[in-house]
Amino acid sequence: MTTTVPTEAAVRQISPGTASGPRRRPGRIRRIGLPYLLLLPALLLELLVHLVPMVIGMVMSFKELTQFYIRDWTTAPWNGLDNYSVSVDFDAPVGAALLHSFLVTVAFTLLSVALCWLIGTAAAIFMQDTFRGRGLLRALFLVPYALPVYTAVITWVFMFQHDNGLVNHVLHDQLGLTDKPSFWLIGDNSFIALLTVSVWKGWPFAFLIVMAGLQNIPKELYEAASLDGAGLWQQIRRITLPSLRPVNQVLVLVLFLWTFNDFNTPYVLFGKTAPEAADLISVHIYQASFVTWNFGTGSAMSVLLLLFLLVVTGVYLVITSRGRRTADV
Amino acid sequence: MAPPRSFLWSRRIFLTLLTGFVLVPVYVMVSSSLKPLADVSGTFRWLPSDLTIRPYIDIWSTVPLATYFVNSLIVAGAATVCSVVIAVFAAYAVSRYDFRGKRVFTVTVLSTQMFPGILFLLPLFLIYVNIGQATGIALFGSRGGLILTYLTFSLPFSIWMLIGYFDSVPRDLDEAALVDGCGPLGALFRVVVPAAVPGIVAVAVYAFMTAWGEVLFASVMTNDTTRTLAVGLQGYSTLNDVYWNQIMAASLVVSVPVVAGFLLLQRYLVAGLTAGAVK
Repeated sequence: MTTTVPTEAAVRQISPGTASGPRRRPGRIRRIGLPYLLLLPALLLELLVHLVPMVIGMVMSFKELTQFYIRDWTTAPWNGLDNYSVSVDFDAPVGAALLHSFLVTVAFTLLSVALCWLIGTAAAIFMQDTFRGRGLLRALFLVPYALPVYTAVITWVFMFQHDNGLVNHVLHDQLGLTDKPSFWLIGDNSFIALLTVSVWKGWPFAFLIVMAGLQNIPKELYEAASLDGAGLWQQIRRITLPSLRPVNQVLVLVLFLWTFNDFNTPYVLFGKTAPEAADLISVHIYQASFVTWNFGTGSAMSVLLLLFLLVVTGVYLVITSRGRRTADV
Repeated sequence: MAPPRSFLWSRRIFLTLLTGFVLVPVYVMVSSSLKPLADVSGTFRWLPSDLTIRPYIDIWSTVPLATYFVNSLIVAGAATVCSVVIAVFAAYAVSRYDFRGKRVFTVTVLSTQMFPGILFLLPLFLIYVNIGQATGIALFGSRGGLILTYLTFSLPFSIWMLIGYFDSVPRDLDEAALVDGCGPLGALFRVVVPAAVPGIVAVAVYAFMTAWGEVLFASVMTNDTTRTLAVGLQGYSTLNDVYWNQIMAASLVVSVPVVAGFLLLQRYLVAGLTAGAVK
């Protein structure tokens, strides 16, 4: 089979008119079928790990799926939109907690993305031209990104310990900034702790992408600007930052989605139940499902989260593509 | 043209602060891994009272770290190989052929990447439990089951990155191979794949790293024998004691291979990201 295809393809390429009718047909079918054949394994797996679970997730969200029905979820009774109305009833405990968790997640995500972007962009611009130690510094800056999430976060857990952590030792014992050692992994400070870890782990990705983006800016732009008398700061503001715009649009969207959906960081930092101030939505749904064993409500929350992400991404794509169009004009 | 002083000073200050921010946790990890337990249990000290390599010996017996290591290696390795091999075929089809449903396929792949893992975790958990009940096949808690769940994130990512990378390989190359008598698969394996090696390496490294660090699926879908490092490291804290020096030692042992591999291959990764993601 592998020998007939190339000859036919070759014959058709060299002398298209000579191939006879009956011989052309199987070749053409094979050509049309080929992309699907190549896609087949991917399609089957996508079906298995994405589409089927998503459909089941949707179905689950309309069922009263508690721990009694886990052995056979199909026998769980239908309860219509109950899971959804419980989730969005913001006056009742479940809905109020979900709304709170959603707002915490939005605030956390916006702050984390902004800081990651700022630090990453600044570092990439400062390291655009060569200086001594640049290669070493570049490798060093990628370490937080390369570390497995749990080892990085566990180290921060150690640093945030109340009695034997570095953070309290420095802030309280050495600098005397606080009256008494603070708690970082419970209470309101947990938001700061989460944000710190997230930025520490996340900014190198922005750094990597912006560095890649900087390589695509033509050198002539800078040369022309410096001939016109523009200083380095002006060049950064007028050339570098505007040229990074398409890169930033992708980068910000990716950072947003990753941070918003992040489960690993809060889970390793706080465990199965996060403190209220740092109750991110993915851990919240996990808790609703695997701690209180309410899979129906957990699924409804997942579907709502998915809808929100689809809307945000859609709006974002429309805004950025419109921006690009007006920028071209 | 020398940069202005204001730029040089801002750069010095900024990069110094950033280096400190990046290095402090790394220093804590390394120094604490060499401290005796009494030292890490008391008030934090910048310098160890007593250097010891004891934690590096004890980590292997406090928890079955070697087993977790092997589990992580098998699960992350298999998920990487599966997703990269399957993605090579799929990305080649998308990059080189026009066919009905191409847009639907690429949009689906792109959008599943943005979905939270928790969305797939609940249904997959129930599917595995139910398959186990009905047929006795233990997907839940098995390495195979975990590998399958890892494909939820590594497969769409690999397909997406490789489409970008294959697009950057000139079409003339494989068309020439077709004219010279290669089949489409021959063109793929003799021309496109060799030309895209940096991209494939980047995707593999990335997929492996993500799987190596994954916590969500690993914490639900594993049992005592199939536990991966991500969950296994929790074993160093008991009700009475937290062996921080051993946790740090184990963290280092677990991290060094991945970080070293990443730093060695980061040039490929940057090239891959540029071609695949930042177009």
